[in-house]
Amino acid sequence: MRFEWIVATRFLREGRMQTALILGGTAVGVAVILFITALINSLQVSLATRTLNTQAHIVVRPPDDAASRALAPADASVAARVEARAQRLRSIDQWEAVFRRLEGTARVTAVSPVVSGSGTALRGNANRAIALFGIEPERYVRIVKITDFMVAGEFRVSPGNAVIGVELAADLGATVGDRIRVTTPEGGNDVFLVTGLFDLGVKDVNKRWALVPLKTAQALLALPGGVTNVDLTVDDIFAAEEVARLIEGGTGLKAESWMAINTQLLAAFDNQTMTTRVIRAFVVLIVALGIASVLVVSVVQKQKEIGILRAMGASPGRIMRVFLIQGAIVGTAGAVVGSAVAAAMVAVAKRVLLAEDGTPLITGGIEPYMLAGGALVALATGLLAAVAPARRAAKLDPVQAIRG
Amino acid sequence: MSGANREILRLEGIRKSYNVGTPVEAEVLHGVDLSLDEGEFAALIGPSGSGKSTLLNTVGLLERPTGGRLFIRGREIGGLDEAGLTELRGRTIGFVFQFHHLIPAFTALENVMMPMLIDRGAPDAPMRERAAWLLEQVGLAAAAAKKPAELSGGMQQRVAIARSLAMNPPLVLADEPTGNLDTHTADEIFELLRRFNAESRTAFLIVTHDPRLAARCDRRIELVDGQIVEAKGPPWPVD
Ligand SMILES: Nc1ncnc2c1ncn2[C@@H]1O[C@H](COP(=O)(O)OP(=O)(O)OP(=O)(O)O)[C@@H](O)[C@H]1O
Ligand SMILES: [Mg+2]
Repeated sequence: MRFEWIVATRFLREGRMQTALILGGTAVGVAVILFITALINSLQVSLATRTLNTQAHIVVRPPDDAASRALAPADASVAARVEARAQRLRSIDQWEAVFRRLEGTARVTAVSPVVSGSGTALRGNANRAIALFGIEPERYVRIVKITDFMVAGEFRVSPGNAVIGVELAADLGATVGDRIRVTTPEGGNDVFLVTGLFDLGVKDVNKRWALVPLKTAQALLALPGGVTNVDLTVDDIFAAEEVARLIEGGTGLKAESWMAINTQLLAAFDNQTMTTRVIRAFVVLIVALGIASVLVVSVVQKQKEIGILRAMGASPGRIMRVFLIQGAIVGTAGAVVGSAVAAAMVAVAKRVLLAEDGTPLITGGIEPYMLAGGALVALATGLLAAVAPARRAAKLDPVQAIRG
Repeated sequence: MSGANREILRLEGIRKSYNVGTPVEAEVLHGVDLSLDEGEFAALIGPSGSGKSTLLNTVGLLERPTGGRLFIRGREIGGLDEAGLTELRGRTIGFVFQFHHLIPAFTALENVMMPMLIDRGAPDAPMRERAAWLLEQVGLAAAAAKKPAELSGGMQQRVAIARSLAMNPPLVLADEPTGNLDTHTADEIFELLRRFNAESRTAFLIVTHDPRLAARCDRRIELVDGQIVEAKGPPWPVD
């Protein structure tokens, strides 16, 4: 192959202007693809992360329990759901065993048992419908990072203490250090000291959530020793649905991922992904056409040289490889330059493209897998684009070339 | 390698038609019989359009004859496929063309190395040494690193001659190698070919329109309307 490499690189070097042009075109194409991918990935991750501030990645609950969905409350239907629940709350059978099994499941990073139901919070004359959560605080903060969202007091959920949403507190006229009463339809009735207020950025959550110790909530909701659901996080948020399906299959319980709950958001992601895919396809096409057209011109210009090489014993196959290699080199070199350009663009965008709150729109950088993917696509594009010119070169009649 | 007059080339009833199967089909070579021995130095002459280049390209395995049989060193080439022809061409035949036909992207030295590079795949020291030696033989040692565009027509043709000898082929085909040069330079180039012929067993078949040069060849093969009319030995009547 050395002969082919030598001739290919020499031809590229000789046609400096053409080579610079296709290299530039390929580099711009690769840079655009990488930049768009980084931008869309960042947007999706940040949107998803914001959504997941208040949600578990996966909620596991008893099978066919349509009523106790209070744990997926990040939208306006929370109240409706809570009120629609008329039947008794059900606990997950042998939840400790389920819990241990989930802890050992691949990709699962945190597991937290929760007992949840509806209730009423009272203080003085004020009363409000609430979503009551009984949690194990150390475990629960690994699912929903309440500690990052405390606006008053501290995150202390221990016997006799409750942490509640900031708007719920306002509605009740309560603040840190005040006492509130909580009653439930199951006949529970208890008094809590408000130790902290949180603001999770979602109105319904801030207006309704009250977090109390697991045991206390079990008593209030008449589910001694039981839990209504087990909340999970996984290592890759976009793998949640897949893991949920595995858990359902393995346990017979119902496992709902955040992706299944936030279908609109996911549909928007799909649309974005589709759009970027189309843009990428067009960019690849344009790059391929650019490489092909320059190589076709090069084949025509080099007819005589090709004829000479054939007369001196170079086979059509080797002539073909000379031009395929040129395509591959242009593609690969374009990918290297394009990656550097994309990295620079991302660095600039992090300072220039800002969201309303001043944080950069692009959070993630250009990942190694994107570089590898970009390089592969560019290499394949260069090779494929070179096929037609290379075949043309191989088919050239040496006699015609020499006579000319 | 002792036997003199070993046959390097034989043509038996070689025909060549262009545009076969079309209304404009035309036969250019009408059954050419010809043989050439090792070490011969022959001129191929004839009027324009008589088929000299066609014959040379056919002998050079760049075109397949449409009839007859062609032997290279006793081996019939009709049974060879494209790859076989390509390899045989690379190893046994050197070409010198009228328009020099060097590859502009490569230096003089690299141009001379090219047939060896094609044959062996990767460059090596012996290849470089042989190319340098050949350039020295044609008096261009100093121009080794120059690109063709930096050389005069006569110098380019010397490089082309050095290149044609790179593989030490038994046969060199030259199609009007001096056609594009002034008389003085043409004489020099011709002398160079003669010298290589005298120093090696390489046979030369040289197409020329120049009667003075043809007269200085050992043998003149005349092609008229696609058929051989041979005149042997000097002196050759200059018209
Ligand atoms: N590819 C081709 N297709 C059709 N006809 C061709 C082709 N190549 C050559 N010919 C014809 O064959 C005939 C012989 O051409 P050729 O080039 O072999 O002659 P020549 O003796 O070398 O002439 P000159 O002295 O002008 O170089 C010419 O009539 C030419 O037009
Ligand atoms: Mg001719």
